[in-house]
Amino acid sequence: MKKQGLKELNGMPGKHPLSDLLRDDRMPHIWCPGCDIGTVFSSCLTAIHESNIDYNNFAVISGIGCSGRAAGYVKLDSFHTTHGRAIPFATGLKIAKPKMNIIVFSGDGDLFTIGGNHFIHAARRNMDLTIICVNNFTYGMTGGQVASSTPFNARTSTTPDGNFERPFNLAYMAAAAGAAYVARWTTLHVRRLTNSILEAFNKKGFSFVEVISSCPTSFGRKNKLGPPLHIIQHFHKISVIKNGIHPKDANLDIEKEIVVGKFVDIERPTFFDLWEEIYPPKREKGAK
Amino acid sequence: MEGTEQFIMGDTACAEGAIACGCKFFAGYPITPATEVAERMAKRLPQVGGTYIQMEDEMASMAAILGASWGGLKSMTSTSGPGFSLMMENIGLGIIMEVPCVVVNVQRAGPSTGLPTLCAQGDMMQARWGSHGHYEIIALSASSPQELFDITIKAFNLSEKYRLPVLVLTDEVVGHMTEKVVIPPYDKIDVYSRRISTLPPEEYLPYVSDEDMVAPMVGIGEGYRIHSTGLTHDKRGYPVITAPVQKEMMDRLIYKIRNNVDDIVEYEEIEMADAEIVVIAYGISARPALKALEMARDSGIKCGMMKLITIWPFPEKRIRELAPQVRGFVVPEINYGQICLEVERCSAGKTEIVLVSHAGGAIFHPNEILEVISRL
Amino acid sequence: MSGGVYHEIIISGYGGQGVILNGSILGKAATIYDKINATLVQSYGPEARGGACSAHVIISKETISYPYVHNPHILISMSQEAYENNIDSLRDGGLLLTDTDLVKRRKNDERHVSYSIPATRMAEKLGNKMMANIVILGYLASLSDAVNAESLRNAVEKSVPKGTEEKNLKAFEKGYKRGEKQKSGTG
Repeated sequence: MKKQGLKELNGMPGKHPLSDLLRDDRMPHIWCPGCDIGTVFSSCLTAIHESNIDYNNFAVISGIGCSGRAAGYVKLDSFHTTHGRAIPFATGLKIAKPKMNIIVFSGDGDLFTIGGNHFIHAARRNMDLTIICVNNFTYGMTGGQVASSTPFNARTSTTPDGNFERPFNLAYMAAAAGAAYVARWTTLHVRRLTNSILEAFNKKGFSFVEVISSCPTSFGRKNKLGPPLHIIQHFHKISVIKNGIHPKDANLDIEKEIVVGKFVDIERPTFFDLWEEIYPPKREKGAK
Repeated sequence: MEGTEQFIMGDTACAEGAIACGCKFFAGYPITPATEVAERMAKRLPQVGGTYIQMEDEMASMAAILGASWGGLKSMTSTSGPGFSLMMENIGLGIIMEVPCVVVNVQRAGPSTGLPTLCAQGDMMQARWGSHGHYEIIALSASSPQELFDITIKAFNLSEKYRLPVLVLTDEVVGHMTEKVVIPPYDKIDVYSRRISTLPPEEYLPYVSDEDMVAPMVGIGEGYRIHSTGLTHDKRGYPVITAPVQKEMMDRLIYKIRNNVDDIVEYEEIEMADAEIVVIAYGISARPALKALEMARDSGIKCGMMKLITIWPFPEKRIRELAPQVRGFVVPEINYGQICLEVERCSAGKTEIVLVSHAGGAIFHPNEILEVISRL
Repeated sequence: MSGGVYHEIIISGYGGQGVILNGSILGKAATIYDKINATLVQSYGPEARGGACSAHVIISKETISYPYVHNPHILISMSQEAYENNIDSLRDGGLLLTDTDLVKRRKNDERHVSYSIPATRMAEKLGNKMMANIVILGYLASLSDAVNAESLRNAVEKSVPKGTEEKNLKAFEKGYKRGEKQKSGTG
């Protein structure tokens, strides 16, 4: 097969391989050159494509921020909501459309800082949602401020002399709150990431996939992490796959060690399972 | 419950109104004096195949009802002042995404925690302007459990018709008062449900409106693959960050209400034929006002009353008409003057306006209103 | 007040005695069975959980615009505190009903028509002191024409927890009979 060149891509009919899931009419996207959100987004679309689930059975919900723009680029029923509130919005939609696969695609600041309370409660309820979190350790869209995921000592525009607060370990928090599926990968682990997202779609209950990502423009520059490729090479150097490890031991130290893998994959009754135990669905009249 | 007479609390009547017109989803957070609405919904929704979910806060509650409404369920939440403040964020999202839903505010006295178990009418302007940006809103008011039942149905109908969150504003006394409520057979209730587009997915655009400036909706998961956002957006629902698209979108959000004011606005007029002094009252204050009117009439004062049912959009046409014909408007409200300001604006100096103010924590005694009527 | 029927009633006691339920039963009897108007407003908050607690009921042939009661025609007090708090508001000639064992009435009160009934003790004998409120409702039914006794019986039956209807109606009758006896001076 002849390889597609850039020239052919720009002039139709050379199309993006996932163009049936992309709103072509919204390209180009707003993500900076070297940004990792696109990688996570592609993995998500690939997983949707490979799932063999009817595209019409997916909806994507985002909050606010760079990652939050994903909902606007995916050619599915999609909602770009308010800052931090993607999960409760998705909860309402899921209850109305229990048979649909509802994906929440957003960033660390959105899901865990302003929206942290919603995250833990949706996990506690085991609400049947797939949460994909692009964790780039900062608020990219507003220019790189400190978040609840920013590493200790890291420089951001609002911690000019270093972050003196401790960050959350997102995967550990998700597991502790009751998530049925928890995985962490970096944007280097594209195949494994895509596979995890696929598993998350098929998992009954609250599934959480954290993706360690770079924001070369804001977080990278402020912390002198070098050009985008260097950051990916750094992820390659320090990440260690430890499937099945207890999430409390899933170390996340962006200087020394990033523990990745699938940490939680358990069966736990979902919100809907427990609801139906108390309120068994009524049989249609005449049905046997 | 249908086709019966019940002796029930206002909050309960509100929930029954929602059930009667097909509400299938309630997300809420406990707060006095609105908790009984949630409690009733928790009991009733499973009986009618609906879902009640208690969220972690009011921001989540409001977000959840927007999601569920997009999913096709008639959805509602209820709260009081502190929760109403938290809901403002996603009421704005409901306005810009144009999502039908109902938000009930059983008002208590503020600011802040204020008087949790005692009444006030202090959120009238917050209901109008509480979320940021300029927008039009629909808010209705009730002065009895029966009205609360009726108005909740009307709120659902208006929200489905005009695609926006509709606010039901009542207060602690009406919410907690028990009175007879007639619940008609459900098939005798006029129910309006959102207009659904008949266009195929390739022709449908989510924000192309019909003649009444309201855009038909479609089902989620049915192949339309729509996008909706809290950002300024064009007819496709796509974000476009420009002044012309802002104007196009805003015009639709504003004029779908302004152009349909006559369809939306409702008020009741009592003893108005020869009235020289008109009491303009709403919610619980309409009750002592009515008593004051009777007492004034008994002492020979030609007093009438305009009881507001629709608060927003404000019934300004009627007040403009009345202003030059009457000696004065008396506006009793449990705040330091909110609706009174609207009456002043619409009267444009053509008549005298007297505010009868109450700080909250109790309702007016009819004598307090009568005294002002008598002085005018 | 035109139309004749007009009663302002305060039922008072402490939380847990069924004070609010009594208000609700009275209102139900008036509206659902007697087909006239009634309003009920109640004290809220911590009071409803053990402290002083009261229900204001207005029963009227006419529409009721103002739902609060400042000078009741009828006062029912089921605790000393409730009695002290409300007795001065009772109108001249008003009807006062108290629980004999729980309220010590002021001496020489000639402003009011006063009756007392050991409702809690009677309810206890019937097997559950929680029915004292129903005993006192029966008592009220015999001593006042605010609502029809038959309507009250119906409302009691529809308002008490399922399975306890019979017991509660028995309690109601005990109170009613005590009232009848006292009225005719034989009690």
